[in-house]
Amino acid sequence: MKIGFKLFASLTDYLPSDRKGNRVELEVEEGTTIASLIARYQVPERSAHLVLVNGLFIPPSQRPAHRLADGDELAIWPPIAGG
Amino acid sequence: MGWNRKVLRVNLTQGTCKEEPLNMEWANEYLGSRGLAAKYLVSEIDPKVDPLSPDNKLIMATGPLTGTMASTGGRYTVSCKGPLTGAIACSNSGGFFGAEMKFAGWDMVIFEGKSPKPVYLFIENDKAELRDASHLWGTSCWHTEEQIKVDHQDPLIRVSSIGKAGENQVLFAVVINDLHRAAGRSGVGAVMGSKNLKAVAIRGTKGVSGIKDFPAFLKATTEAKKVLADNAVTGQGLPKFGTQVLMNVINEIGALPTRNHRDVQFEDASKISAEAMHEKRESDGKSHLVTNAACFGCTIACGRISQIDKNHFTVKNSPQYWGASGGLEYEAAWALGAANGVGDLEALQYANLLCNEQGFDPITFGATVAAAMELYEMGVLTKEQIGIDAPFGSAQALAKLAEMTAAGEGFGKELGQGSARMCAKYGHPELSMSVKKQEFPAYDSRGIQGMGLAYATSNRGACHLRGYTVASEVLGIPVKTDPLVTEGKAELVKAFQDATAVFDAAGICVFTSFAWTLADVQPQLAAACGSEWTMEKLNEVGERIWNMERQFNNAAGFTNKDDNLPPRLLTEPAKSGPAKGLVNGLDKMLPEYYQVRGWTPEGVPTPETLARLGL
Repeated sequence: MKIGFKLFASLTDYLPSDRKGNRVELEVEEGTTIASLIARYQVPERSAHLVLVNGLFIPPSQRPAHRLADGDELAIWPPIAGG
Repeated sequence: MGWNRKVLRVNLTQGTCKEEPLNMEWANEYLGSRGLAAKYLVSEIDPKVDPLSPDNKLIMATGPLTGTMASTGGRYTVSCKGPLTGAIACSNSGGFFGAEMKFAGWDMVIFEGKSPKPVYLFIENDKAELRDASHLWGTSCWHTEEQIKVDHQDPLIRVSSIGKAGENQVLFAVVINDLHRAAGRSGVGAVMGSKNLKAVAIRGTKGVSGIKDFPAFLKATTEAKKVLADNAVTGQGLPKFGTQVLMNVINEIGALPTRNHRDVQFEDASKISAEAMHEKRESDGKSHLVTNAACFGCTIACGRISQIDKNHFTVKNSPQYWGASGGLEYEAAWALGAANGVGDLEALQYANLLCNEQGFDPITFGATVAAAMELYEMGVLTKEQIGIDAPFGSAQALAKLAEMTAAGEGFGKELGQGSARMCAKYGHPELSMSVKKQEFPAYDSRGIQGMGLAYATSNRGACHLRGYTVASEVLGIPVKTDPLVTEGKAELVKAFQDATAVFDAAGICVFTSFAWTLADVQPQLAAACGSEWTMEKLNEVGERIWNMERQFNNAAGFTNKDDNLPPRLLTEPAKSGPAKGLVNGLDKMLPEYYQVRGWTPEGVPTPETLARLGL
């Protein structure tokens, strides 16, 4: 299945070099979880602060079990704020 | 004691500058800056006064931590009755001007009346005098600041001034200090212009004395700075990416108001984001962002300094804009960009430079352009009326309209009235995306429900800096709440509103609250001002300030009917993203909010509430 994988701010460097902006499209196996993708791309766990799937926040406790679905957009930020 | 205990009262009609003692009874109840200035204001002006008449007053005020070694202690506020809204206006700015006022020995300056000719106030420590500003009138904030330094042969003078927008009484004119810091909302610059007051220039060499317990203050401020440095947001995220890092976040969650709030996601958000500011341009191989910058005493340094592409159509024949300058911050990038569908980063920076140069608020300006573009697309406004084709997405129109507003020419005069008056004039008041005639900032309240309540009840009209529940609803600070629900938001909004009033009144930046709670501020204030400044007292002061501002607005003629949102947000569901199908649930939150506040169902503080707060 295909998903969109987006890393922003200081996490941008963890994306593969063929990224378009802050996004890559990934072909992943069924059942892939958020936590496993974070580990696969070596994003430090403490830096994966704001984790959204299709714009909805997924709390840390649910990330190991949350299975991604075909067409999902996974977006991750380190701790950030603005105003 | 944190305060200098000294107020400068300037009567512009008579041309006099008089010293008077700070009312310490009021300082004990309202702390400083926003709170204390509001207390003076509501005590001295008729709530129904015409904001642009000589009877309105303009107050520039510092807080007890302004100018001290407390991190971010460089803030000052400009307060008056606001011409855009008719409500109490209080705009807060960083930079270095506020600290300089404190160093000169003053807590606040109160301007009253109207000068018969353009003047500026020059303060050099205890000495204060009005000087002729006829050679500065008609010039920009940038020119004014430089010329005053040349005239006095002192590059260390700090200047707050108005540009042409303030002189022309653009209803969202700002007061600019240190070239690109602004007391930015509600039109405080227009009030300054109505008084023929071009600038305030200060040189202070006294430093800050009178800290109550200096060893304790040194300890408290050092510990608090460590909290900021150790926090990933204030120690790393904000310095590197600035507020602009929110562009992609807010777009992703479906709360980025786009094309006058027709949409909640912008297809070109990534092109105008913090990440885009870091990327190297194809045209010249340079990144838009040059460096970050800090205001006085700030250990966060979120400010952006950027350099526009010299080859861009907006500036290729205007070398005066080629140097590094302030921007883009998130609010300006949103209002100039997503709000009107423009995804051209360089065009946004050009419009932002004009806002800083001639002194007008990019939020209200951008949002007013968005309304004009919608009216153009509906056929209500024509190319002939506007002076240029102005469909959503036109960078050319944005640039041209910014030039016209800066110069006060053509359709720029209509834009200078703000979106509420412009939309009403053309028969579509519902298209003004505003509360109390002040335009929304960069968060759509269909995707962040609590912000709808924060906007509706903000004492200075729609504003994110009066109760920034985005911190909780989106960013998880201090705790994560669900942005799509209304439950619990009344308490959340009240808590943010009251706490923010204390940060503002102290003279520090509200961005510290991404790492600090009031428990981090309290030891600093107690050491500076006295041990009686407990947590309990701070909480009470915040609530007292909020209720006092509310009372002024009620006396000015506002009612619960004004605690409202435009119909678009209440009846037109979000079209995409997580909030798809949702409108804002203000009708559920507002009655609960009044109850939590201790107000009547009509939004009036009850006698019990007023008695509890000593009002």
